[in-house]
Amino acid sequence: MMQGTIQNRDAFLNQIASRLGRERLSAPLPRPAWQYQPQDEVLKDATVNELVEVLKTHCLKIHTSFVMTDLQNLPETLEKTIADYGNESIVTWKDQRFSDWGLDPLLKDTLPRQNIDVYEWDYTRGAENIRQAEKANIGITISEITLAESGTVVLFSDKDRGRTVSFLPKTFICLIPKSTIVPRMTQAARIMREKHLQGNNISSCVNFITGPSNSADIELELVVGVHGPVKAAYILIDDL
Amino acid sequence: MTMKIGTGQFKERVDQGINDSFMRGAVAGAQERIGTRRNDVISELNWEEWRSHGEEIRQHVLEHLDYYLEQLSENVAKRGGHVFFAQTGEEANEYIQQVVAKKDAKKVVKSKSMVTEEISLNTALEQAGCEVIETDLGEYILQVDDHDPPSHIVVPALHKNKEKIRDVFSEKLGYQLTSKPEELAGHARKKLREEFMAADIGITGCNFAVAETGSFSLVTNEGNADLVTSLPKTQITVMGMERLVPTFEEMEVLVSLLTRSAVGQKLTSYITVLTGPREELDVDGPEEFHLVIVDNGRSNILGGDFQSVLQCIRCAACVNACPVYRHVGGHSYGSIYSGPIGAVLSPLLGGYDEYKELPYASSLCAACTDACPVKIPLHELLLKHRQIIVEKEGKAPISEKLAMKAFGLGAASPLLYKMGSKIAPMAMNPFTDGDKISKGPGPLKAWTEIREFPAPNKERFRDWFKNREKGGKQ
Repeated sequence: MMQGTIQNRDAFLNQIASRLGRERLSAPLPRPAWQYQPQDEVLKDATVNELVEVLKTHCLKIHTSFVMTDLQNLPETLEKTIADYGNESIVTWKDQRFSDWGLDPLLKDTLPRQNIDVYEWDYTRGAENIRQAEKANIGITISEITLAESGTVVLFSDKDRGRTVSFLPKTFICLIPKSTIVPRMTQAARIMREKHLQGNNISSCVNFITGPSNSADIELELVVGVHGPVKAAYILIDDL
Repeated sequence: MTMKIGTGQFKERVDQGINDSFMRGAVAGAQERIGTRRNDVISELNWEEWRSHGEEIRQHVLEHLDYYLEQLSENVAKRGGHVFFAQTGEEANEYIQQVVAKKDAKKVVKSKSMVTEEISLNTALEQAGCEVIETDLGEYILQVDDHDPPSHIVVPALHKNKEKIRDVFSEKLGYQLTSKPEELAGHARKKLREEFMAADIGITGCNFAVAETGSFSLVTNEGNADLVTSLPKTQITVMGMERLVPTFEEMEVLVSLLTRSAVGQKLTSYITVLTGPREELDVDGPEEFHLVIVDNGRSNILGGDFQSVLQCIRCAACVNACPVYRHVGGHSYGSIYSGPIGAVLSPLLGGYDEYKELPYASSLCAACTDACPVKIPLHELLLKHRQIIVEKEGKAPISEKLAMKAFGLGAASPLLYKMGSKIAPMAMNPFTDGDKISKGPGPLKAWTEIREFPAPNKERFRDWFKNREKGGKQ
């Protein structure tokens, strides 16, 4: 990665230091020991199954359908969900887990034979991916971290996991391994920070997605589906 | 669009607001609905501790702002992003115009950003030959309606009803459906989707930058910021210099405070954390990323009595709690920053000449201070403004000055005071109706236009007392 440029910094920061009545800070600043940490209290003692219940209940509030399944029944559940949302064109990430979870027969054979286009993200094809995502009816992704409190799935972009798979299609389907559930955003932030401190680059785009796109900009009336997906469905997979 | 909106004097703007019954109904309804949702969603938490944590994070960052901005810029550059520090709005605009020229850009899509409005970026972009499209639904409606100014920080088109929006869409966009919000939004979706696919540059604001990783977060419900940052080849993010946190962990806390306070949601539909341009083999996301960090008067607030206003995370909870905003509406403030936060911030960024009335547009009830998720003592800052306006600036409202002067003169001499209090009932007689005044003269006029004023008592206390000592009537 080429190093970027920085312009006009010194005068700008000197002005700040002078307003604060001191010299510029140069020594590394340790992370402060905060006096308050209320975020740790939320769902502190909840078991995984209790977190699943919290997630499920919250899905009602965020206009998102929720279905639980296990690895054995996943292909059937996904097939049914796809049918519920119109059985039209599909775009997915390129992700080994789809195969590992036994979804190849469905995605690579059953659906195409029903004349349902299934496009798998392929970075070597460049902008064609975006065209495919734009015309797809359904986008399928996988949650890396799932927040029970707010019903949020967390997606990390990379060359095989395009950002637009979750934004451009009309319906957003997210597969959620049960093992990814945490109480709230606090734990996700820590996982991301850990990753960074261990020397890994954080993805250029991390999406916290909570249900479909919506707006209340007209007379404060809720409209579901504005720029991104109009519908959202979570499929929780019991992988524990 | 600049920070200043409208042209009339403060009093005219307030008159317009007070007489706009749709707007007043909409504002009252919004305050009720957002307020109820907020209360529900904060009642699940130990909210006071959350507020204290938010406050300590924001205070710490402001005290060490130069350090964190330096760290942020290093980390953005490390990930291949370009950072430009702009002391003024003009510097920021010039830099962005240069990027536009270099990219030969013709179409810019934007997601909602207060700081870009503050520095009039859209005008600068149009001067550079760009078409600028606001993609937040509320902002888009305002833009289509000949750049009608926003009236609320979070719900910018709150003052418009759906029939009006339908008429605007019909006239400007060839819209042919009904005034149902979902049909209006559906039309905007279709139009804007075309714009997203064709745009050369995407411009966003910044909710919170993260110093440790050079990342920044965007908070929306519509997902428009995601399309702005996924599709165009070049991305420019503009941030007010105080909008940052040390690490992801503090970012998370402030995002949680923001979404609960702004719209009563645990999290909004889309919270996006972006770091640098896209990676080498990525297909979507920008190839080039610029971060513009704007001072524009903020550093002058540091180190002074008003430093705590820079803790603001732009949630508008104070706006939604304010009884004055409820009656006069957002346009009365004459600034894109309305409500209590606007009454504190606008005079600091735009000067007392322009905004000296705003600190008086408050009953000092402190509902704003209670609502603030990062504990800015808003009503105390309003009072501080008044003190400065009167003591240092000599800009007290003229009626207050006259009244104080007259009282000072009259009270300075026992004789004058005696005479004044004696003739008051007689002087006010022509305006008095029983024991009240309903059409007062001069400085009383503004008061009696909307309520009555008690008439001076016919008998002065001193006379009554003297009379009583003589055994007169009790």
